[in-house]
Amino acid sequence: MKATHQCHAADPFDYAPVDEILERYQGQKGATIPVLQAIQEVYGYLPRQAMEYAAKQLRIPFSRIYGVATFYAQFHLTPRGENIIRVCQGTACHVRGAAKIVDALKEQLGIEVGETTEDLKFTLESVACIGACGLAPVIMINNDTFGRLTPEKIKEILKNY
Amino acid sequence: MMEAQSYRVRVGLATCGIAAGADKTYDQLVPLLAEHGIVPERTGCLGMCFSEPLVEVITPTGDSYLYGGVTADKAAAIVEQHIVGGKPVEELLALASSAATENDHFMSKQHRVLLEHVGVIDPESIDSYLAFNGYKALIKAVNEMTQQEVIKEVQKSGLRGRGGAGFPTGMKWNFTYQAKGDKKYVVCNADEGDPGAFMDRSILEGNPHALIEGMTIAAYAVGADEGYIYVRAEYPLAIKRLRIAIKEANNHGYLGNKILGTNFNFNLKIKEGAGAFVCGEETALLASIEGLRGIPRPRPPFPATSGLWGKPTLLNNVETYANVPAIFRLGAAEYSKVGTESSKGTKVFALTGKIKKTGLAEVPMGITMREIIYDIGGGIQDDKEFKAVQIGGPSGGCLPAEQLDLSVDYDSLTAAGAMMGSGGLVVMDETTCMVDLAKFFLTFTQSESCGKCTPCREGTKRMLEILERITEGKGQPGDIETLEELGSAIRDSALCGLGQTAPNPVLSTLRYFRHEYEEHINEGKCRAGVCSNLISYFIIKDKCVGCTVCAKNCPVNAISGERKQPHEIDQSICIKCGVCYEKCKFDAIILK
Repeated sequence: MKATHQCHAADPFDYAPVDEILERYQGQKGATIPVLQAIQEVYGYLPRQAMEYAAKQLRIPFSRIYGVATFYAQFHLTPRGENIIRVCQGTACHVRGAAKIVDALKEQLGIEVGETTEDLKFTLESVACIGACGLAPVIMINNDTFGRLTPEKIKEILKNY
Repeated sequence: MMEAQSYRVRVGLATCGIAAGADKTYDQLVPLLAEHGIVPERTGCLGMCFSEPLVEVITPTGDSYLYGGVTADKAAAIVEQHIVGGKPVEELLALASSAATENDHFMSKQHRVLLEHVGVIDPESIDSYLAFNGYKALIKAVNEMTQQEVIKEVQKSGLRGRGGAGFPTGMKWNFTYQAKGDKKYVVCNADEGDPGAFMDRSILEGNPHALIEGMTIAAYAVGADEGYIYVRAEYPLAIKRLRIAIKEANNHGYLGNKILGTNFNFNLKIKEGAGAFVCGEETALLASIEGLRGIPRPRPPFPATSGLWGKPTLLNNVETYANVPAIFRLGAAEYSKVGTESSKGTKVFALTGKIKKTGLAEVPMGITMREIIYDIGGGIQDDKEFKAVQIGGPSGGCLPAEQLDLSVDYDSLTAAGAMMGSGGLVVMDETTCMVDLAKFFLTFTQSESCGKCTPCREGTKRMLEILERITEGKGQPGDIETLEELGSAIRDSALCGLGQTAPNPVLSTLRYFRHEYEEHINEGKCRAGVCSNLISYFIIKDKCVGCTVCAKNCPVNAISGERKQPHEIDQSICIKCGVCYEKCKFDAIILK
């Protein structure tokens, strides 16, 4: 019994969410990006198996999906932290001291921009502009925006996560 | 109206308000107002970002009192003192219809057509939009006008694209109308990616139906039955409110099949962007909707003839579409009374940077930069010296003090080396280094370059290397000339708008602030004190009291000295982080 069976056993990856997502976007034109967005929403990043599986089901070359996944800044190919911190690097934030906010975050978390803490609690990223320029400098943690920041406020904010 | 008998309370709940705590203020107000039978209303952004969170109280007689800085703990004071006691809370007052406040200039110099109802209506309720003549423009266009008449009206209004180069909107509509095709699309560019720009977000969050109505009129005019709004994923609240608005418009028969009982169908969908600045370029945006990498292609063919999936496609940005209902409500003749000869109507600007009153301002075209910055924006923070204003984001340019009286319209701005762009205005004072700013913008465009064409991919990289060298104090003679040569070559030969405009921040700062580049290269000096390799911190012995605060905070132990004796900085160890400068309470540390 069972070469096929063994093969399944050796691949414990749960494909069910991908199936559900593909079903949802079935027949829609230009669905690659929404499908990848939905996969990332479920797994927190884009696991290679999920992308390969989706490519096969959508009957498109894996290279095309991989090409899209690596083009857009939103997609991540490695696991990310539970909380995503995005530091705004927009012009208004830049002239109002965003660099010092990044330094404070790096120091507090002990990681560089683009990295994830060892306990997978935080991922630190930079983002072009959140559009809350009136409150510069600004960061976003998950979907919450924090404005009028000073390096001192960072510690307080992180405590809540 | 029944409600007129009691007080009405509105809370500004856009992203910037929420970031300042407006949602907590709202939650606090709900039970407090319930005791008096009042339900607080949600609204979008009032544009006065500088005093968020904002709460507006409208008295039974119709007077409006706008309170600023209303954090949750101050909500009770407003309810007790104003709504129960009938006495306005003077110390929180930001603006009042019947009394003078220090912010009067912020509003009085504006001309609000597009933002008229942003901050007034509830963006999550179509009834609220309908109460202010919402969808009347669509009804008029679809029921009373032919497709050509609608296009003529837009042409007559003089409306030009609000997203960048300012192409005449009516002409674009006409091209798409005339293009042959069994299927046409109407697409909205809501990928507002310019750092320092947020007017589109404010419209999406504050009055999403205005955009939907504008797009539906456009679809009727060009003969499209399907549309997409391409929104950046970084705007979650805008996406949420758009979804609600599209659903409600469908339910009310303003979208979907058989609109207003006619044979006109228009189905509108949202596409979330995935974080690529280049997708603001039209052909890249269309590629992204098709599910591909967002890479521009050469034009022609223009999207008007061959766009989404090869079909004729009309593409405008949020602000452009949102102007359309106003054109039909007011009539093109009335609409075009505002503005200059070649730039009609109003433009929304996002005022940010070192300006006293950050926020959104809608002004008539032709206003001067000085009026925007000093009258509306209240001048420079801490009354420092104005140095420059960056307009148009990474594609735009910097204008110096000499250009403050420039008329703000498409053609004057372009002639001065800047551009209207999307409308971000970032104000800078003497503490901004212009070389560093040019480097900042080029770092951005360089990392966002898609890599398809060589001038942009390689050229911006070489320019950035030179700028990095200059800001590190390693500039060489001839660097300025090389920057100019590279800049003009990229401008002339790059494939798309991103590449062609990428050198603008460098070229415009070279035009107006060449001396700063020269100082960096020839004298090793950064007058703004920003480029850390070119500055040093010193302790003035006479002012230092030996409190040891600087030494304790120095991350690299570069400061030494006995307690109560003047301290000293070891320049060979100092990393120029500036912590000592900020911590010193006696102004004993200076920057040279």
